[in-house]
This record gives sequence, structure tokens and C-alpha cells, in this order.
Amino acid sequence: MKTIDHCLGRRIFSLPFAFCMSLLLGWSLSIPVHAESAEEKGLRIARDADARNHGFGNYTAQQTMVLRNKHGQESHRKLRVKILEVPEDGDKSLFVFDNPRDVQGTAFLVHSHKAGPDDQWLYLPALKRVKRISSSNRSGSFMGSEFAYEDMTAQDVDKFTYRYLRDEPCGDLTCFVVERVPTDKDSGYRRQLVWFDQEELRAQQIHFYDRKDTHMKTLALEEYAQYLDKFWRSGLMTMVNHVTGKSTTMKWTDFQFQTKLSDRDFTKTGLKRVR
Amino acid sequence: MLHRNVLSRIAPVAVLISGIVLSSGVRAESDTYFDFSGKISIENRWFPQTNLYPHQSRHSSGFVLEPELYFEGAEGWSFTLVPFFRYDSADSRRTHGDLREAYFLLYGELGEDEWELRVGVDRIFWGVIESNHLVDIINQVDVIEHPDQEVELGQLMAHLTLSGEWGIAEFFVLPHHRERTFPGRDGRLRSGLIVDEDHPTYESSAEQWHTDFALRYSHNFGPFDIGISVFDGTSREPRFDPGGTIEGLVPHYEQIRQFGLDAQMTLEDWIWKLEAIRRSGAQNLSYEEDDYAALVMGVEYTFYSIFDSPADFSVVWEWNYDERGEDATTIFDDDLFFAIRYALNDLHDTDFFFSMMQDREHSTNVLFLEFNRRLTDQWSMNIEGFHLLNSDEKDVQADPIRRDSFLELRLNYNF
Repeated sequence: MKTIDHCLGRRIFSLPFAFCMSLLLGWSLSIPVHAESAEEKGLRIARDADARNHGFGNYTAQQTMVLRNKHGQESHRKLRVKILEVPEDGDKSLFVFDNPRDVQGTAFLVHSHKAGPDDQWLYLPALKRVKRISSSNRSGSFMGSEFAYEDMTAQDVDKFTYRYLRDEPCGDLTCFVVERVPTDKDSGYRRQLVWFDQEELRAQQIHFYDRKDTHMKTLALEEYAQYLDKFWRSGLMTMVNHVTGKSTTMKWTDFQFQTKLSDRDFTKTGLKRVR
Repeated sequence: MLHRNVLSRIAPVAVLISGIVLSSGVRAESDTYFDFSGKISIENRWFPQTNLYPHQSRHSSGFVLEPELYFEGAEGWSFTLVPFFRYDSADSRRTHGDLREAYFLLYGELGEDEWELRVGVDRIFWGVIESNHLVDIINQVDVIEHPDQEVELGQLMAHLTLSGEWGIAEFFVLPHHRERTFPGRDGRLRSGLIVDEDHPTYESSAEQWHTDFALRYSHNFGPFDIGISVFDGTSREPRFDPGGTIEGLVPHYEQIRQFGLDAQMTLEDWIWKLEAIRRSGAQNLSYEEDDYAALVMGVEYTFYSIFDSPADFSVVWEWNYDERGEDATTIFDDDLFFAIRYALNDLHDTDFFFSMMQDREHSTNVLFLEFNRRLTDQWSMNIEGFHLLNSDEKDVQADPIRRDSFLELRLNYNF
């Protein structure tokens, strides 16, 4: 159960997703398939991948985004990300903005939950004000990028249903293709298709379908590296919006796992201290 | 013990600050870290209507410097310094400087809980409401900066926070009082008589060095964020004696006690807000000591991703009430506030804000318009409009500024 929760429940780009998927794959391979429906297999994959990402504790990373509109104009975003694993509930995430400079020091704190809506707070340094914000803007754009809030923050496994579709080559690898459908009415997606490589169960690609079931966005995950000999993280994610022609490249660097971060860094008091 | 720690930690900071290395590198854990950032703004204000009082001008221009220095030691303690300076071409009093922040921050564990200590000059904000900051009381407001009372002067304090699963408890010792800033003779947005800032009077014989105290407990559970607070000390809001001196109105700062409550309930697209205070020790507009309660409540609804675009559209409604009514010393005696915010969530973080405040007793009606947009990674702009649509001559708070509608353009360089 926990595996599943983790797999599907994690932010896509934190790659637990990939993990999860790889877990799922491993699992699905080891079990006879005949009696199993496509839904069961999909769910198993999600759980398996989730279990694989278990025990990362916490990590920090630097994120650089390049936002491009259809005319090729670019805009840059730089932020620091801190993630804390919460075994009995959803993870806690903290995003601290460094660039553009007018939002420097702004911080976004998320307490995600397995059941019920996430709790979110925004710290505005100019006003020294911590503002509780609604989590129903899940489908909204994160910092003007092609990533939605729901792509950035932890989602519980139970907030999706799954269906294994097929095996398919993906680059030099072979992938499982799994469909997942959000059960949250606030989600901007009708469904998502995820490609997991069969070697390590890393998400290699995700197709996002909007509520009208139009293939709206494609996310490619590349430059995977393994940390602590266990946890895979992608260093380069590219989200392309096929409807608007816009795209966002998200580069991850300086991953540090199992740092001194604790619960205290993810409170409203800790939020005001963030730099 | 704690005290000694603090002192032993100050020395290295002093050394570092004096020999500032102007490069802020990438951060690594257990390393010292220095950061220099801030904002420089150029500002212009136009007042389309002719002045009500002599010497006031139709236009003012100026600039603002607000750099920020931050130093963090290897053990996690830090020092923050935020000086502020404004130059204004029209009102010499608006040309002013302030130390917004200059504090040491230390924190650590206390069993399952956590402690945090901030000592020095800092700014503290409490509250949830858009139209009025009723509960917020630690800092004096820098009214000359902006009539909306959102900008605050730095306040000297020791601020201890204890937090845990049970919530957040904060203790404040405030040894010094800042006087409210007011426009000078040449400034717009002022009362008929100017305020004599040089001769304020105090109820306490300790004058501005009366030690004030404040406590606050806050917690969040489920959709609720709640805070209760008490303040005991010198009022941030001055009372003006009738007549005044040759220089103008003399501000008088009383000793007050204020209990406050602020609460927010965040339920999907709805945000419900409440702030309430009970204040004793202050005189009302009729110069009678009048213990009173005031409250403001409101609701905000947001249409997310409106018209299938990334934009969000919010509607805010708030009601301000002060039981002193006509004798209230603020403009919020019985006022309705309505606002809309349109946030494009685009590359430039473009947003529009429009609000209207309607006094239910008087015909006073205030409009406020704001437009914000980022131009590049470092440049941003704001446009603000303030318009007194209608002012009631019996509304003593609003009548003197009835011809002071303005349009403001600000260009910011963020570094």
C-alpha cells in the first residue's frame, strides 16, 4: 500500500515516480500475469516503484528553469528545493525562489496529505507575511512555467487509478506504458500516460491529457543519476505544451540526500527563516 | 548561557561584515554564507487635482534604496541588515531613512520542540485581512511612505519563539517606541494642520523608552490558521489634542492594552477571514477614554484557470466595523470593501488589482487600482492609482485629502 502511495503520490520530477515505476516493473515481472487485470498490474507497478523510493529521508537540490514561448523568447527561474519524507503521510516540500530577483526570497511550503487536500503556505519576504493559500489551484501554472502545481507537489497514490497498457521500446530501453487517471476533481488532467524503463523503472516520458482528453503536454525525463546507490533522479526534464507551443526546461543540480533537514524546517516558523 | 552564546557569536559577524566579500557563492551545508541583494526604485506621483493647502505640489518624484545584507554562520545563526532610504522631490519630510531590519537570529532544539530568538530591529506582521491591518501592532506604520499603512518602520525587539506540535508561542519585549511618520507642509495626503513630529507627548513618563510586551499563540489544524495575541504598552496610533501648537498637531501616545484574534479558514476556492481586537486605555475622537472592540471579516473566492487560461480571478469582500462609530479614530468605523484581483500567471507575473471602499455612514468612497508586471529578470514595474470618488465633509478622516487622488508609476531594479 505504501509503495503505491509513494509511487503515484510523489511529485513527478522528484523521480520517485520513476522509482516507483521501476519497482512496479520489477514486481510485475516476478509475478505470473495471467490472473491479473491491467488495472491490477498498473497499481502493482505504482506500489512497487513507491517502495523503491522509500527511505530517502530528505534531500535538497537546485533547480533552474528556462521558460520559452512559441516565439522563442526565454525567461529564467532559479530555485532551491527541499523535500522531507513523511512515512505516515504525504511528503513536505519547500521551494525557495532565487530568480527572478523581484521574487527572491519568496518561499512556498507544501504539506501534502495521503487523504484530503494539501496544506500550502506562501512566504512573502517584502511584507514578512506568511499566507495560507488554497490547494485547489492544482492545475495552475507553477511560476509561469509549463509545470502545474500538481506536477510539482506530492500526490498520493490513492489519488489515481492505474491501468497497464503495453510494453514499448523507448530509446535504447524497453518501457512499460501505464495509464493513470487522477481521482481529484481539481486536477487539470483527465489522464496521464507514463513510460517506465524496464531496467530501473524510471519514468522516461509522461503524456498529459487535459480534461477534454486532448494530448496537451509531454514531459521527457533525461540524465538520470543514482544517489546513495539507490535513488534515481533525473537531471533534466523538458515539458512541451503542444497546445500553446510553449516549453519549459527544468535542470536539477546539486542533489544532496540525507542532510540535516528535519520537520522543524518545514513549519511556518521555519518558513520565515528560509533564505 | 544563551546570552554568552549570543555574544560569542556576534564577534565573528562583526569581523565579516567589516570585511565584506562582495561575492555570494553557491550555498553548501555547514558553511558560512553571505548574500547581498535588494531593490532600487524610481517613483513618480501625479496629483491631477489642484492642491487644497498652500505649498503642496502636483507632482513628486524620487527614488528608494533598500539593500539587504545577510550573513549566516556555519552553525546556522544569521545576521540580517536592511537599511532604507527615500528621496522625495516635493516633501522634504518624505525624504527619510530607516533601519528596517538589523537582527541576529539563533535557533535550536528544545526536546521535541524548537526555539528561535531574534534580537535587534525587525518587522513583524500579524493578520489575514486585505483592507485593514487591525490585529497587527508590533511595528509602527510608515504612513509617509504610503497612505495604505502597509509599510512599517523597523522596531527594536527581543523576539522569542517556541514551537512544536502544540503550536507556536511568541514572546516580544519592545524597549523602544517609534513615532508615526506624517507628510510635511509641502506633502499631499495630509491633514489641514501638519503634524508636529518634533514634540510628541507620551502618557508614560518613560516616554518612548517605555518597555512594551506582547504575546502571541498561533496554530494551524486542517483548514484553519488561528492566532490570538495580547499587546501591552505604548499605542502605535497617536491621538491628536485639539488646537495643537504653532508647528501643528501634536501627537500623543497613550498606554493601551489590546487583545487580538485572527483566523483564516481555507476551503478549496473559498477563504474565510476574521480579525478582531479589544483595546483599552485609548481615547476616542471625543477625547473620552473609550474601551472598544473592532472587527473585520471577509471572504475571498478564486476562479482558478479562468476561461481555460492560466489566469486566476479572485473576488474579495470585507466588512470593517468599529463599535465607537462616529467616535472611531480610524477610517474603518463601518466600511465595506470590495476587490478583484486578476493574476495572469504569465512569464511576467502580470496582475491587476482593483478595490473599492465604501463608508456606510458617510458618502466617502475610495477607489484603488494596482498593476504589477515584471519586465526582465531584474526590472519590474508597478502602477498605482488612488481616487477619492466622493468624500463627505463630515468625514474628518477623508475630507482633508479630498483633492489628493494620485497616479503613481514605479520602476524597480531588483538585484
